[in-house]
This record gives sequence, C-alpha cells and structure tokens, in this order.
Amino acid sequence: MGTNTHFPDPSVVREELIQKYPAKVAKKRAKSIIINDPQIIPEVQANVRTVPGIITQRGCSYAGCKGVVLGPTRDIVNIVHGPIGCSFYAWMTRRNQTRTESLTDANYIPYCFSTDMQEENVVFGGEKKLKQAIQEAYDLFHPKSIAIFSTCPVGLIGDDVHAASREMREKFGDCNVFGFSCEGYRGVSQSAGHHIANNGVFKHMVGRDNTPSEGKFKLNLLGEYNIGGDAFEIERIFEKAGLTLISSFSGNSTIKQLENSHTADLNVIQCHRSINYMGDMMETKYGIPWMKVSFVGAESSAKSLRKIAEYFDDDALRAQVEAVIAEEMPRVKAVIDEILPRTTGKTAMLFVGGSRAHHYQDLFTELGMTTVAAGYEFAHRDDYEGRDVLPTIKIDADSKNIEELKVLPDPELYNPRKTEAELEALKEKGLEINGYSGMMQQMTKKSLVVDDLSHYESEKLIEIYKPDIFCAGIKEKYVVQKMGVPLKQLHSYDYGGPYTGFEGAVNFYKDIDRMVNNPVWKLIKAPWQKKVATNGVSKGLEASYVTQ
Amino acid sequence: MLLRHTSKEVKEREGLTINPAKTCQPIGAMYAALGIHGCLPHSHGSQGCCSYHRSTLTRHYKEPVMAATSSFTEGASVFGGQANLLAAIDTIFSVYEPDIIAVHSTCLSETIGDDLQQITRKANDDGKIPEGKRVIFASTPSFIGSHVTGYANMVTGIAQQFAVSTGAKKNQINIVAGWMEPSDMREIKRLAKELGVKIVLFPDTSDVLDAPQTGKHEFYPKGGTTIPELESIGDSLHSIALGSISAEPAAIALEKKCKVPFETLEVPIGLTATDRFIMSLSEIGGVTVPDEITADRGRLVDVIADMEQYLYGKRVALFGDPDQLVPLTEFLLDLNMKPVQIVSGTPGQRFEKTMREILDARSPETKFKNGIGADMFLLHQWMKNEPVDLLIGNTYGKYMARDEDVPFIRFGFPILDRIGHSYFPNVGYSGGLRLVEKILTALLDRQDRDALEEKFELVM
Ligand code: SF4
Ligand code: SF4
Repeated sequence: MGTNTHFPDPSVVREELIQKYPAKVAKKRAKSIIINDPQIIPEVQANVRTVPGIITQRGCSYAGCKGVVLGPTRDIVNIVHGPIGCSFYAWMTRRNQTRTESLTDANYIPYCFSTDMQEENVVFGGEKKLKQAIQEAYDLFHPKSIAIFSTCPVGLIGDDVHAASREMREKFGDCNVFGFSCEGYRGVSQSAGHHIANNGVFKHMVGRDNTPSEGKFKLNLLGEYNIGGDAFEIERIFEKAGLTLISSFSGNSTIKQLENSHTADLNVIQCHRSINYMGDMMETKYGIPWMKVSFVGAESSAKSLRKIAEYFDDDALRAQVEAVIAEEMPRVKAVIDEILPRTTGKTAMLFVGGSRAHHYQDLFTELGMTTVAAGYEFAHRDDYEGRDVLPTIKIDADSKNIEELKVLPDPELYNPRKTEAELEALKEKGLEINGYSGMMQQMTKKSLVVDDLSHYESEKLIEIYKPDIFCAGIKEKYVVQKMGVPLKQLHSYDYGGPYTGFEGAVNFYKDIDRMVNNPVWKLIKAPWQKKVATNGVSKGLEASYVTQ
Repeated sequence: MLLRHTSKEVKEREGLTINPAKTCQPIGAMYAALGIHGCLPHSHGSQGCCSYHRSTLTRHYKEPVMAATSSFTEGASVFGGQANLLAAIDTIFSVYEPDIIAVHSTCLSETIGDDLQQITRKANDDGKIPEGKRVIFASTPSFIGSHVTGYANMVTGIAQQFAVSTGAKKNQINIVAGWMEPSDMREIKRLAKELGVKIVLFPDTSDVLDAPQTGKHEFYPKGGTTIPELESIGDSLHSIALGSISAEPAAIALEKKCKVPFETLEVPIGLTATDRFIMSLSEIGGVTVPDEITADRGRLVDVIADMEQYLYGKRVALFGDPDQLVPLTEFLLDLNMKPVQIVSGTPGQRFEKTMREILDARSPETKFKNGIGADMFLLHQWMKNEPVDLLIGNTYGKYMARDEDVPFIRFGFPILDRIGHSYFPNVGYSGGLRLVEKILTALLDRQDRDALEEKFELVM
C-alpha cells in the first residue's frame, strides 16, 4: 500500500483523543487506541466493557445472536421472549435478503414474533406465556423449527427457556424448538451473542440430517449474512466455478441446509468474529477444516477462489476458477480504470463491526485510497492482531460467563478431510487454514487502530484527519455527514449492495466515487456565507460540544 | 407474497404477538428528552436498548440522535446499576458537557429494581453534578404500556422536575406536546404566534431533529425547550395537553405541583381537532382568531368540498398510536370516508372509550382493537376478510399494502423509508391539507393505474 499521505503524529492524536476524559477513563481508553506497526503488531485492548456514559457504537448480545447469526435463516420462527421492544427493533432492520425457491416456501423473515412480556410475567414468571406463544406459533404456521431468544429481564426473573423449549419440542414431535440465553447484559457487546448463537446452532441444528450431499467440491460459507444480497453474488460465483455450497451460515439459508452442513468438506469463513467458533467446533466434531477467505474486493475474491481450488487440490477446479476470474475481471477493470483517477489519493476511516473494518480496506486499496484509521465495534484481539495471540488473551469475568461447548470427535461422523501433513502443506502455501492474521498486518505503519471508538473520539478523528469518507453505522451516519464528510454505512450499505465478489466490487467503486465526489458537499455554504469565509482564515471542519 | 403465512382465519392469541403495532417505553422517553435544549438522554440499562432506540430514531429522522448508556454487564445486572449510573454521570458531564442529563430506565434496570430518584440524589450528594447542571429521570419499564407511555412518562418527569411556582403568574400558556413530529411542533408554535398567544411548548424537537446542514455537527442543536422556559411553566396561566395518552399525564402533574389548571385536547390533526385547538387557545389566551387562520381553514374545507366524490365511502384501515388515531379517525369521517379497521398496540381503556364515542354514531360497524392482541397481524387478517381501499400507518404497513395491493399512506412512527414527516406538518389546517392531498394522490393514482383504457380520465 504505497502512499504519500501525510499522517499527523499519531501519538499526539492519541493524546488529543483522551485528554478530555476523566483520568480513569483516559487510562482505559489509551489501551484501545494504538499506533500501528505491521511488523511488530502492538497489543490492542479489545472486547472489554464500554465505560458507562460513553456514547458507543455497540449493541448487545441479543442483537448478535438473533439479529446477526439466526436472523437470516428464513424458515425458523424466531420468537423473542421479553418485552416488545427488543423484537420490534430487530424486525427486518438488518437487510438479510433471502430467496425462496417457490412462492409457497416458508419465509418468516418479514415477521416479528414476541411474547410481549407484561408486568405480571416479570413478577410471576413468563414461562407459561412463552409456552403458550410457542404453541400458538406452532398451530398457526407448523414450522420446522422455532427458536426462542431471551432478552434482559428473562435471565433475571429466572425463566428457563431451555426447559420450556424442550417440553414443547417433545410435545410436538415434528418441530425442533430450542432456546438461547442471549440476554443483552451478557458479555460486553454483540460478540457474546455470536458465540451463544454458534453454540445453539451447533447443538440443535448441525448434524441432524445425515443425507449424503451431492457434489465434488462441497463447502459451507460461514459468516456471510447476505446483507444487500452479498451471499447471492458469492453463490453465483461458486456455481460458475463448480463449487457446491451446502449451507451458508446463515445468509439465504434454510434449516435443511444448516442441518446437513456437516456433509461438506470445507468451511470457508468470511466474518471471522461472528462465526469462528462454528469453524472450530465442526473441525473437532466432524473433521472439516476451516479456512479464512474474503469475498470483499475483486482481488480478494479472486484470491479466495484460488485458495479454495488449492484446498481441493484439483486441476480441473483450478482451471475452472481461473476461467471464472478471467471472465469476471475485465468488467471490473473497465469500471475501476474509469473511476480510479477520481478516487486515488483519497483517505478513508473504517469503524464498524467485527470484520468489515478489515475486509473493506481491500476495496479502498483497489480504489487507490488509504485507510488512515480503523477499528472494530465488537471484535477481539485476534481480529486485530491475528489468531497467534489467542493463547495470550486473558479471559475476563465477562467472557467467562459465555459457555464454551466441550466438543469431541463424533464416534461415527468424524472424518478428517485432510491429514495433518496435508493441512501443514496448505498452510505453507499461504492458505489461512484454521487461521486468521487479522487487520493490523495489512494496515500501514503509523495508521491508527481504535477499538470500540466512542462518539467523542470519532468527531476528534474527523477534525484532525479530515478523511474523504468515513465508514460506520446508522447511528454515526448523520453525525459525520453534518460535519460535511460522507459516511458509508457498512452494516446496511445505505440500502445498496451487494458489495461482495466481482459485481459487488463494481457496485462499491461506483458508490464510493459518487459519494466522495458528490457536488452536494460543495453546496453546504450559501453564497453569502462563502464571501465571509474567504475573508477570514479557513478553520476547516470542527466539532462543537458547547451548549448555546 | 411477503407475508405469505398470514391466514384469513382469525384465532384468538394469548401468548404470541405478531408484527406489533407498538414498541417499548424508552424510545419515547429518549425522543421526549431530545426536545429539551442542551439535554443528553441517558438509557439506564445494557447498551443494546440504547443502540436500538438511537438507530430507530435515526432512521426515522435521518438526523444525529445522541444518547448515552449505563452499559450494564452481568455484574451490574446482579448487584444493581447504581455504580454504573454514577460513573456514567461523571463521564457524561466531563466529556459531553450537557446542561441536563435525562435518565430513563429500561426493562433490565426496572426488573432489578434500581431507584432512579435515589441514585440521582446520591449523584447530587456526591458532588457529581456540576453547578447549574441538572439530572432528571423517568421510570420507563417496557413491560408496561408502549413507546407512547414512555414519552408521557418522560414529559411528566420534565414537568415535575423543572417546574417551580414563584407565586407570580406569567402571562403565558403551556402547551404540552403529545407525540408529534418536529414539523408539527413548529406548526403549533406558528399558529400560536399568529393568534398572538404567548406559549411555552414542551418538549419541542423542532430545530433538533430537523437541523440544517451547515458543515458542523452541533451536539446540542439550537432547538429544544430551555431550562428557564421549563422552570417558568409552573407560573403559567393554563396548560393545554395535546393528547390524552402522551401529554395529559404531564399536565396533571403540573396541576398537582404548581396548581396550573389544564385542559386536554386531541393532537390537532384534521379539521375538527384543529378547530377545537384554535378555539381553546384563543379563548384561554383571550384573543380573537385572525382572518389568516380562518382563511387557512376555509382552504381546507374548500378542497374537501371540491374533491368529495373521490373520498366518499372509501374504506380505510389504520394502525398506529392512540393520540394520532383518534383525531385521524375523526378527520376521515369528516372527509366522508370510512375508517373500518383500526389497531393500536398501546393499551388503555381511554382509547376504546373515545373511539366508541366517535364511531358509534357515524360508523358503528368499524372494528377497532388496542392493547394486547392488537397487532398488525390481526389487522392484516381483517383486511383479508374485508378488503379496504386505503391503508394508513407506519412503514411496516408497506408489506401488507403490497401483498393486498392496497394504496398506502405513511403516517405515524416509525417512517423508515420516506422523508417529509419531519418537514411538513400533519397538524393544523395546513397539515389537514397535506393529509387530504396525500389521500387523494394515493386514491387517484390507483384509479389511473387500474382504469380501462376507455375509462382513463384526463380531468379529475
Ligand atoms: S430490553 Fe426493554 S427497554 Fe430494552 S429494547 Fe427490550 S423492551 Fe426495550
Ligand atoms: S461483518 Fe460485522 S456486522 Fe457482520 S456479523 Fe461480522 S462483525 Fe457483525
């Protein structure tokens, strides 16, 4: 990533970011604001509690469990056990697209189900109402599965959603009912919910259907949630390359696919943070290795396809993959060649999620833009520094509460797809088998890495760096744009996308070109205001914390 | 079909809510607190609630929505959230420097039993609240009521905790804003100004959630009711509460605390509700209604008369919040339309009683339901059984509208896929005009779309 961009002295920036905090807060935040060095990769404090009162991007464990991991599977009836709000806010707001095969196939994604817990349920317990709700859902829809999600009050009042689920499952016989203890207070962010969701899907779904799957090169796509149709594009590419997708976890997926997913021979992981647990557990139980890939960016997509071909070690597949790349790339190149002169040299900041802040740097590189600062909202140290640091991560009280499933090789189904030696050989070739090297090795020296960026810090960063584009979520969108800087939402894509694969890269190039070069940013000042401004010294962008 | 599992057959449900026509209290409290100048809303609970509320308000307004959270973890949930709230107050005053922090509770802190009054008092005793700054609070458990209740609770908290009576009456009238858009609040102020009556409107989200693009993010935008204004409401001559669910509780609290008499009206949506508002404000304010307002009214009546043939008898399904649905229903009846199916997730017998009064004489066959069991799934089933010509409700309605191929008007909260609600009012005569225009456009566009070629009309 060669660049002439001049960075302000990052240590001064760091001081600036924390100087307004109370002493204790400043001390804590300093450990999460790191000056990058890709050679030595310094330690980043991550996955720790947000200081109360700090305006954070983070959400809760329920959001990570129901919203992120379970939400995209279309034929599960997801009942949220709790007061109405939690279910309401997660109602279709994540843009998980799904495409049924026929007009009558089950699709509950447009629905919102809740037990709408009332005061008497909080006082006297809500299990009875929960069971009633499950019964009603069963009677109305006869779904194959019903999943129950616990919200904050549920854990406190002691409702046992697992016992209730078991009872109803046994009663129905033909409907798999299971529960999640994903109360919002568990862990420190959405991340805890990902882990809880992985555990539940692994325990209650994966391996239930042993029908042998067809196909020569069978794989699962993990950590791809089909926001804006991302999974559709990857499905398109897989099909062209002759790869058989058994199941995605969980964009555009069905119960049947998930239950049969252990018949695949490879798990490729897109979002490491949200789904790495599943990769590990499936490897231990069934012997399916996992490999980190990224289909964000045209080059990364090509690279990922080649890695997959390398894994299956088949010349026909290698040739097919090359043919796909050769067919797709010219179209991509035609677009980027036209756009590049307008985007080259511009700067970006990415503060979002648990993998996107890394993946999208590839697209910005393709656009000739530099990422000057980046960080995740709810990732762990391994997502920053790489999985090599895993043994050194201290398990604190908040993480200890999240169950670690004890997984053993399945007596019948365990079947290592590759020998240890074969895996080692693949790693030698640069395949990230059961591994992930994290975001920081890719970022330039002296770029800034900030975990769990606060609102205050984001305004400061914008003032100092004046980036050409800022990537974050809906809560940050209009704050940053009010400062005259376009913000690209990397959770919802500003309702566009897909951004994966070759088509996605083209979409992204066009969107970023449009955003950074939009004439509206030059219309902010009225003509009479401009006159005044040229007389005075231009102060540039600024943030204000002073009440009037 | 998007909602392909919705069947025609209606079955009573006791446990399961499907596609709710309400959400939870804290988002209403957050919205109300944004209508106070220099105020930072604070969500006392785990950070997910706060994130969801901010996201939803942001999507509705396409504006910054600032709020902080106590960021509960498991420990706080077991031992109580006092330490978190005290730490939060400290951090907020040093970093974000608001004049006021408005704390609301969540399901979690309510279930634990955190006492916000006691904790804020302790914050004060411990010297965590800087001189001249304020921390106010409202209890907003989501297992009671709805987002509307939360709004009402915060507005009540504002009235109770700011109002002082000095003994010297002020020549001004309080208007307690029920849940309205910034555009509506701006229109209320404009009407009062035109009438020549001095009012204090609270809360007031105009110039907060409709802020201009200036190249600068104002953390505390220009708008919002100010502390001196809020302190003065105890000395006002009278209060008018706009909305019996969302505004009246604050007026009652103010009467109790400072003996300010009050009157409750509907949110002035539509002709007759606006008439009552103008009458009442002019009478209490002792002014005559200027010709300008009378002319505004005349224009609305004129349009209704001119276009009556397209409105007559059209069957409308609507869902939303009680304080909006009541005057909207009345307006639809004034338009000679038929509001036939009405649903609100917000509980309360008041709604049922008022609706009955309005509908019994003019549309006894109308189905309406609120509270438990009144959700959009039920409304959709009703629509399948007895088709309607028009659906009015928040953005979630578009799924039903598409499936049933019914014209749809966005009205209420949240509107996530269109703009306009924060800029163009629904209240007052101009708001009525806007609504009629929207209704006619929706109906006539449909007529144009469906007309046989030989029946396609040029002039309508
Ligand atoms: S826990 Fe309660 S306050 Fe929080 S989002 Fe859910 S319903 Fe609303
Ligand atoms: S990509 Fe980001 S938002 Fe999506 S699941 Fe992963 S961490 Fe979450």
